[in-house]
Amino acid sequence: MAHAAFFIVAALAIGSALGLILRKNAIHGALFLVVNLGAIAALYLMLGAEFLAAAQVIVYAGAIMVLFIFAIMLLIPGRAEAGPDSLGRARRLALPVAGGLGLIVVLVVARAGGPAASAPAGGVGAIGRLLFTDYLFPFELTSVLLLAAMVGALLLARRRA
Amino acid sequence: MVPESYYVTLSAVLFTIGVVGVVIRRNPLVIFMSIELMLNAANLALVAFGQRLGNLDGQAVVFFVMAVAAAEVAVGLAIIVAIFRVRRRLSVDDLSLLRW
Repeated sequence: MAHAAFFIVAALAIGSALGLILRKNAIHGALFLVVNLGAIAALYLMLGAEFLAAAQVIVYAGAIMVLFIFAIMLLIPGRAEAGPDSLGRARRLALPVAGGLGLIVVLVVARAGGPAASAPAGGVGAIGRLLFTDYLFPFELTSVLLLAAMVGALLLARRRA
Repeated sequence: MVPESYYVTLSAVLFTIGVVGVVIRRNPLVIFMSIELMLNAANLALVAFGQRLGNLDGQAVVFFVMAVAAAEVAVGLAIIVAIFRVRRRLSVDDLSLLRW
């Protein structure tokens, strides 16, 4: 049962990832990416990471994808990939190289064995305690980073006088 | 119970698809989305390994990756919009100079 659910969600994730990189239309790609992010949120749920599943849906599928779709609509980049491809010959090498890379990565991670430990006492409370004790300094740095990103985005997108 | 190696293998496959997307596409927005795909693949591997090791540190790191990704998207899209305003075209092949 768990295996069947995993394989269905994994097929959904891989299919939508392929849709993202193969569809010419950027809006279709963005919608495929939303499906992919949702599938990964489902995988987080299966792994017992409820907090991350919720954050994935809210932050990625919500905020970040809205930003992407907004930018795509704003720029209408339909003609981005028209015209002659100056790197066409190099791009034809992409698939064999990527196949080799994928094979190596899968072989390396599939060998990462070892005895499985007992599942962590998960839950939002435990993660919150960890973030506000062991990871307090990175957590505070995150707020500075987000502030800097906000100011930087404002500065970059401002209309030049 | 699905073994963790399945999740990590899926993460490797998704990461590879993201790499292919960055290489074969010319639209900077699609390249950006492929980078998000790679970040998510890494996150999935982190959560799976955290489950295997039986602690929550992996999930804490994923939280930080999400925050950094949000900041990266905000700044990156602002840069793409600014470039489009100047160049009126949107293909990464045109952008071969590090100047305005």
